[in-house]
Amino acid sequence: MPTFVYMTRCDGCGYCVDICPSDIMHIDTTWRRAYNIEPDMCWECYSCVKACPMHAIDVRGYADFCPLGHAVRVHRDEEEGIIAWRIKFRSGRIKDLVAPITTKPWGKYIPDLKQVPAPTKEQRESQLLFNEPKYIRLDDGDLYTLESQGLKMRQGVYY
Amino acid sequence: MFITSNPFAGLAQFGITPGMMQIFVILAIIAVVAGILLDVAHKKSAKYFFEHTERMKKLATRQLSSSEKTSMLVQVILNEVLTSSEFHNPKRRIAHLLKMYGFIIFVVSSAVLIFFYPTEQYAGFWGLMWRVGAIMLAVGGWWFFTKLRVDVLSEGKKWYKLARADMFIVSLLGVSTFGLLWCFFQGVVGSTALALLFFALFLISAVVLFGGVYWSKFGHMFFKPAAAYQKRILMADGSRENLPPFYKRAEVLDQSTMDLVRDIPADQKFGLCIMKDEPNHY
Repeated sequence: MPTFVYMTRCDGCGYCVDICPSDIMHIDTTWRRAYNIEPDMCWECYSCVKACPMHAIDVRGYADFCPLGHAVRVHRDEEEGIIAWRIKFRSGRIKDLVAPITTKPWGKYIPDLKQVPAPTKEQRESQLLFNEPKYIRLDDGDLYTLESQGLKMRQGVYY
Repeated sequence: MFITSNPFAGLAQFGITPGMMQIFVILAIIAVVAGILLDVAHKKSAKYFFEHTERMKKLATRQLSSSEKTSMLVQVILNEVLTSSEFHNPKRRIAHLLKMYGFIIFVVSSAVLIFFYPTEQYAGFWGLMWRVGAIMLAVGGWWFFTKLRVDVLSEGKKWYKLARADMFIVSLLGVSTFGLLWCFFQGVVGSTALALLFFALFLISAVVLFGGVYWSKFGHMFFKPAAAYQKRILMADGSRENLPPFYKRAEVLDQSTMDLVRDIPADQKFGLCIMKDEPNHY
């Protein structure tokens, strides 16, 4: 679901341009408002959606809930350190999701790959990626799953 | 005293009479009004504004009282209008305040000088205010134009690369900078040729500024307060433009989705946020 900008809400601050890892958020030269220059190349990381202080960037939803009144909105609350999403389906159903902000300061937590031991033969032949994020424990103690954690899937919420 | 002299009084030597200057001011006001009306009609911004309001009314969860609406209007005037609180970047906010107050002081003092002191060499307070306004506008404008403009700050373009979106700021810079230079060469140096050159550039900038409202972002000073007021209303009446509700961190940390990332150390989980940590990739 690539992102798009409501130009009436955008004030041209450039936060989305700064943060877009795909370098596809740019500033229109006529109106000085941001826009997604190439939605096909969007990674759908939603960094721009979360970074926008004016709530001007939304997500173009898939066919199961768009068009006709759908909305995907996000509020990034820096004081509380959380991100809240609201997904409104075209039927009017609303799903609210909330997660902690995990943005790191620029330049910190860059892995020092020189110090990382080379992968073993078993790791090379494994189906797993070499440097899986350790906190989801794909290569160390298995992955946390809802089942392993005794959690249940709630209707309409998919992990 | 140079700093209180009236630059418009010296225009008589170029054959420009007070009547001509006053007609120019009246034409400028008409051009601004006409430009804004044409802009509203062309972009259909007023139509969108009222349609959006009606759409959001259906999502409202409570009715706002007239005292609440009045309070919000006061807050908009105090925050968004008078102190430009919508800017998250403090440098951009300071530059905007310099430009806004500089422009107001400059325009008002120009009108006062043209209508009330058209032939007097020294205009006291208003002569001084004309310079203060022009300097504030030039300082804020050049700071914004060379350092803070999103094309320079985020897009990494050179400051001298121009686009149509620059029409408003360039004409503001022209009016303030050429105005000050014209005043300087007329009053201090006494060079008629250079004074005439900079006055001509000042005049062209003023024509572009007031005559180009339809193509520039001049109208934002009227649209922005209305949009800010509408936004406050939508946030207060429960419609919130479909945004999610406010959460407290303590209320959500024990939810099941949080369990999946519970091993991440707290200092890594909650790093500095985007607004508090300026990008430094340029």
